[in-house]
Amino acid sequence: MSVGFVMLCHTALERAAEVARHWVERDCPVVIHVDKRVAKPVYDTLVTSLSDLGNVRFSGRYACEWGTWGIVAATQAASTILLREFPEVRHVFLASGSCLPLRPVEDLKAYLQSRPRVDFIESVTTEDVGWTVGGLNLERFTLRFPFSWRRQRRLFDSYVRVQRRLGIRRRVPAGLVPHLGSQWWCLTRQTLSAILESPDREAVDRYFRRVWIPDESYFQTMVRQFSANVESRSLTLSKFDFQGKPHIFYDDHLQLLRRSDCFVARKIWPQADKLYQNFLLGDPSGQASAEPNPGKIDRLFAKAVERRVKGRPGLYMQSRMPNENWENGRTAAPYSVFEGFSELFGNFEVWLGKIAGTRAHGHLYAPNRVEFAGGETVFNGALSDSAAMRDYAPKSFLTNLIWNTRGERQCFQFGPGDKQDISWFMAGDPNAQISVISGAWIIPLFQSNQNFSDIRRDAARLQKIEADHLSVLRSPWTKARVRIWPLAEFVENPMEPLQSIIDEISPRSLRRLTEAPQLADLKGFGQFLQNLRNQGMQPTLMGDFPAGEDPTPTASRRGRPYLVK
Amino acid sequence: MSIVGAIRLRARRRRAHLRAFVKRRELTPVVDRSPKIVPHAILLLSTVRNERVRLPFFLRYYRDLGVDHFLFVDNDSTDGTREYLAEQPDVSIWTTDASYKASHFGMDWLTHLQRRYCHGHWCLTVDVDEFLVYPFCETRPLRALTDWLDASAVRSFSAMLLDMYPKGPVQARPYHEGQNPFEIAQWFDSGNYTINRNFWNNNLWIQGGPRARMFFPDTPYSAPALNKIPLVNWDRSYAYVSSTHMLLPRGLNLVFDEWGGEKASGCLLHAKFLDTFAVKAAEEMTRGQHYANSQEYTAYQKALASQPDLWCKFSEKYINWRQLEILGLMSKGNWA
Repeated sequence: MSVGFVMLCHTALERAAEVARHWVERDCPVVIHVDKRVAKPVYDTLVTSLSDLGNVRFSGRYACEWGTWGIVAATQAASTILLREFPEVRHVFLASGSCLPLRPVEDLKAYLQSRPRVDFIESVTTEDVGWTVGGLNLERFTLRFPFSWRRQRRLFDSYVRVQRRLGIRRRVPAGLVPHLGSQWWCLTRQTLSAILESPDREAVDRYFRRVWIPDESYFQTMVRQFSANVESRSLTLSKFDFQGKPHIFYDDHLQLLRRSDCFVARKIWPQADKLYQNFLLGDPSGQASAEPNPGKIDRLFAKAVERRVKGRPGLYMQSRMPNENWENGRTAAPYSVFEGFSELFGNFEVWLGKIAGTRAHGHLYAPNRVEFAGGETVFNGALSDSAAMRDYAPKSFLTNLIWNTRGERQCFQFGPGDKQDISWFMAGDPNAQISVISGAWIIPLFQSNQNFSDIRRDAARLQKIEADHLSVLRSPWTKARVRIWPLAEFVENPMEPLQSIIDEISPRSLRRLTEAPQLADLKGFGQFLQNLRNQGMQPTLMGDFPAGEDPTPTASRRGRPYLVK
Repeated sequence: MSIVGAIRLRARRRRAHLRAFVKRRELTPVVDRSPKIVPHAILLLSTVRNERVRLPFFLRYYRDLGVDHFLFVDNDSTDGTREYLAEQPDVSIWTTDASYKASHFGMDWLTHLQRRYCHGHWCLTVDVDEFLVYPFCETRPLRALTDWLDASAVRSFSAMLLDMYPKGPVQARPYHEGQNPFEIAQWFDSGNYTINRNFWNNNLWIQGGPRARMFFPDTPYSAPALNKIPLVNWDRSYAYVSSTHMLLPRGLNLVFDEWGGEKASGCLLHAKFLDTFAVKAAEEMTRGQHYANSQEYTAYQKALASQPDLWCKFSEKYINWRQLEILGLMSKGNWA
């Protein structure tokens, strides 16, 4: 009889009774405290259901509202009874009604037997605590908290604010160094009795009565006064989520709990029949004296909290609808936008798909239909090629496309002939790699068979649109990777920029481009621009094309331009 | 929110209550087993009309999830729906031959039942062709979810409508009584949903899926809404104002996180596209009892004439909730 349990219960008493029975039948005395707010008949049922057992005691009942002194008072009362009534108990284990022993009691006894003087209690100084919710660390000890956080939140908050503003502070009793830690501990008789029988307990209790959440600080602080051997960790596996409420274990956690090698876990869903059945009635042949190893469970819960707090980048759905700039990634993955390339190069999309090994779409924002790669009418995720649907929600269209094709980089063409609503969104997206050959939209006009006055009108319109678009890309809010070349500059040496774009898209295939896309025939282009000028329209975005001279690419340099030989 | 705004929203909610109070006279109890409802029981509410063939699977599905009591409003069924439901031990049923449309598509009747019987209960409001899927639903009963929501101080749980459809024409494989409809309608659209946020009502307006893709490609604005909040810890001061798409007080509509995180959510698998659909659509054309002059059904009727295949090569085949979670249609949030 080396370990005794103190159980604090407030709901699911029939489960608490099962666990208490489990311990008592294995020769561990149990003292049960039931919250005063539990109705009398329910309490009486619990008492009767355990009346056949000898080593169970019930302590005086306190109302245990979360964050208040009642929980500590209950713990003190129950521990006092345990120490008094069962003198052979060496370690006192504080558990709750929703705790479940995961390993045979024999294991726990042996474990404690080999560490007879060790107090297992998580006890961390306030400076080092990163997990408190609500920002109250040291202030838990220096402010007063007469109001209920659950029921009188507004009063609670404003009283905290008032005290802060007025600079009212309580003095921490001399000699006490505030420590915080998990409520669930396992202390030796020596330490616990020293705390309970301390000569200034009355003063200390009076102080802690107004401390916020004293159950996480009273014993954690006091133990530092009396214990010579504090092992600052809890033997109870108990994980908290970002709101500070404990994670709950269900039937499907069975294997995870088995492998954790922890002694006791909390908190268990009362109707997790399989867990209770397995751990209370399971065969007692436990593992050898393995150390508790909650690593896997830690990871599971850490992931859950991360999903709740940060979510999956680029996902917009029914329960994740971030405000602008809170998206944690506007889109799910990097993508490339090419402007002017398919106008300058005849077979650009085919070439790009082949060279970069990515999905190269046409103009996704074309006015008539969505030009998916390969002329598909539906695409990943059953995205429709209907222009009306795309224009109804242009952002959703892009984010959906990128989300649906996670793992495969998307490239698409864009230009002044397309719907422009998406400009700002792309510009502000760090995942976007936008490469622009400015003024290249004029090449199809140059090659077209339209009347010159129509060409002139179209050119003026498109130039205006592209100029606006470029000013978006050059704005200080732009987060995309933007490259802009005037057409004249690009035509002179097309391979160098292409190489750097491709290197960025597929950095692993660091090869020199061997095959160039087919450049459009620009014979007479300079004259064409001059004609536009003569008609009173000033083409500005293309750069300088001398009137008589046709642009020709200079022989591309060998090797990667940025390699120093 | 301005005081005027608050008053206006409140007036709207009170109006819904008043309508429910007036319309209560239209309901005649067939079998009222509501005294059997124990405290904290999970309740399910639904309006039905000629759904006899769907009911056995529907009841079994939700009984297995842990619904304790069903409250049905029968809108003048002629196929034995009423008689079948009256025999069930955990069902209370009311009947009416009043207009479905005039009762705001059944919501007035249900609001009355909610105010009367659902105060303090978790209550699930679904149609007979909607099947709730939530995180861990194959290992944890509905009670586990509601307990967790209670512990997290969450009052409402979102479940987007996910339209399921078969491969091939809708009429090709007939549905048999008691059969799992998702043996036939196994497919869904995974990533073509659009979301609009309504800042006034705090709710999202989700559209898309096969119905938008096939029936509304040129008028996406008219495509049906898919956002639903079917599971609510009911208080008699609450009211659904637009089917189960929107609740008042509007704080209940905040089922999504605005700061980048994900809240827990589920999906309502929608077994609409079975062979029964064509019959429904035809009947609806003559009754004209559905939303917005049944324009949705007009569109279906037009498209159905050509025996369309909703399936496309990018359709996803349904496996389980984890698949929906990975696809980003629902989320575990911080429930682990």
